[in-house]
Amino acid sequence: MSHKTMTTLAIAGAVAAAVSAHGTTAAQAQEKVKCYGVSLAGENDCAAGPGTTCAGTSTVDYQGNAWTLVPAGTCEEMDLPGDRMGSLEPLDRDLPEQG
Amino acid sequence: MLDRAPDPTATLPDAPGVGYKAQHYAAIGADPGAVRWLEIHAENYMGDGGRPIAQLRHLRDRFPISCHGVGLSIGGEAPLDRDHLARLRRLLDWLAPAAFSEHLAWSTHDGHFLNDLLPLPYTAATLARVAEHVDEVQQTLGRQMLLENPSTYLAFAESEMSEIDFLAGIAQRTGCGLLLDVNNVFVSATNQGWDPVAYIDAFPLDRVGEIHLGGHDAQADDHGAPLLIDSHGAPVVDPVWALYAHTIRRGGPRPTLIEWDTDVPDWPVLASEAARAARVLADAAAEKPG
Amino acid sequence: MSAQDAFAAALLDPARPAPAGLTDPAGRPAGARFDVYRNNVAASLTAALETGFPVLRRLLGAEFFAAMAGVFLRAHPPRGRLLMTYGTAMPGFLEAFPPVAHLPYLPDVAQLELARRQAYHAADAAPLDAGALAALPPDRLTAARLRLAPALRLVRSDWPVAAIWHANTTPGAPPPGTGAQDALVTRPGYDPEVAALGPGEGAFVAALMAGAHLGAAHEAGAATPGFDLTQALGRLLAGGAITGIEEESA
Repeated sequence: MSHKTMTTLAIAGAVAAAVSAHGTTAAQAQEKVKCYGVSLAGENDCAAGPGTTCAGTSTVDYQGNAWTLVPAGTCEEMDLPGDRMGSLEPLDRDLPEQG
Repeated sequence: MLDRAPDPTATLPDAPGVGYKAQHYAAIGADPGAVRWLEIHAENYMGDGGRPIAQLRHLRDRFPISCHGVGLSIGGEAPLDRDHLARLRRLLDWLAPAAFSEHLAWSTHDGHFLNDLLPLPYTAATLARVAEHVDEVQQTLGRQMLLENPSTYLAFAESEMSEIDFLAGIAQRTGCGLLLDVNNVFVSATNQGWDPVAYIDAFPLDRVGEIHLGGHDAQADDHGAPLLIDSHGAPVVDPVWALYAHTIRRGGPRPTLIEWDTDVPDWPVLASEAARAARVLADAAAEKPG
Repeated sequence: MSAQDAFAAALLDPARPAPAGLTDPAGRPAGARFDVYRNNVAASLTAALETGFPVLRRLLGAEFFAAMAGVFLRAHPPRGRLLMTYGTAMPGFLEAFPPVAHLPYLPDVAQLELARRQAYHAADAAPLDAGALAALPPDRLTAARLRLAPALRLVRSDWPVAAIWHANTTPGAPPPGTGAQDALVTRPGYDPEVAALGPGEGAFVAALMAGAHLGAAHEAGAATPGFDLTQALGRLLAGGAITGIEEESA
């Protein structure tokens, strides 16, 4: 049996196994129109925002020295290689000087 | 005994409707209360498919739908966006809503969508431009549209006419109808120093195809003067209910929408606002002589 | 500069004064009244980003995210009118935003959140009856192409992107491990699902999406040791991601 034939048969076997597993486990998904789900995106509307205060009248320039915020969410719990969270010194060291 | 489904393509009934929110889908199906029709924001149904479209497919079989655009930028200096108009046309052809409305405002500039209903000076030049855009919308969509009076927070020194003359002028030139947002009247009147009752009395009510009611926030300007914000995030206040009752007594019953877009409450709260609108409509009908 | 040019420029730049000719009822300069419009724009777009990127917001914290959104929305105001699509520039923005330079996995997380949104709004497509796949003789199966659901999205990452996503959305999910991960977004019914793919599975799905025959896609997957074709196909079938079989007519 050639390599090609073996591969063809292996694929057919894998397909048959996947289809048979699917057939026994897949209860056909009911139409879940009723479950409203969480809207995954912002929606358009015609409401007005917060009035005279906040977001629109203050911006922080991250290129100057004004940006003092540091991320303070669950990123502090993610422990990933190459992720230098938790130590701000390397951050200062690695970043190019801001002009 | 009469068990026929309402004809969803009929015009909007002179009864309460609400702005549809997906979280109310099941509650509306179980008990719509006084609500007889629904309004959707066109732009939220311009995706290719998924749950939003599937829900709307079910709802339009049960309720007349009013389609309210929030992104056409009819007051923009630039030409209308043909792609957006084409998307709107596709949606309306499929949905066959009982009404289509948009705002007297602009929201795009230089290819950017600013996502707010920005104000216009009431001048002859603006009127001519908006009328051209309304014409184009009505021709492209093959139907009449309703144009809504805005909530405004400032005035333009260059304005030459009143808001009512401006809106009436557009309606006269284009044959469009008007959407009268009574809360917007109250908000703008407070912010601009107008008399809201006089505004209603001067408004061409025979052109009005739909009324909006909603909640607003109260703040103050630099000089301590009241500055109302059209937040759609609170119940309709009593003075707006009174102004609405005055409007109905004067102009007759109209399809009346409760708008609630931010801090959206549970269904019973929205349903009770709709029930209050139904009582105002019923009271006005009972007062009517003959 | 037209009137709306001036209005729009001042809307997005709080350092500019409000345009001339805008007043209160007494004819005095509009002052804070113009700020209402500034705030409407900034707050509504910030809210759209918060809704669209909940995991980024959780990773960065609400305060940081809101401040970053203020920078983003001025650098990338929406080009389209549908807020459901707003934020496609976010991955590129994060790559170049110095305050998050130490969190190099963020752009891929943003990509995954965009993929879920796109899947949510993608066109409906009826899944293929799986029996039709099993009924094909082996040589025709190998030469066939699979038609895929419009909702299907693949995010290939140097980071454990699916695990990061799950750790921030699913109560009790384990903390992410290490290493590269490909994430698949499927939409069985109406709710997008995120899965971490096994070895070679990302290459296999990428090949299918590029229009490769099943045989060639298998080869792409099998280049990575541990590739499991049964598992890969099972995942696509369960996600309603296979909608048809295309065979070239002889």
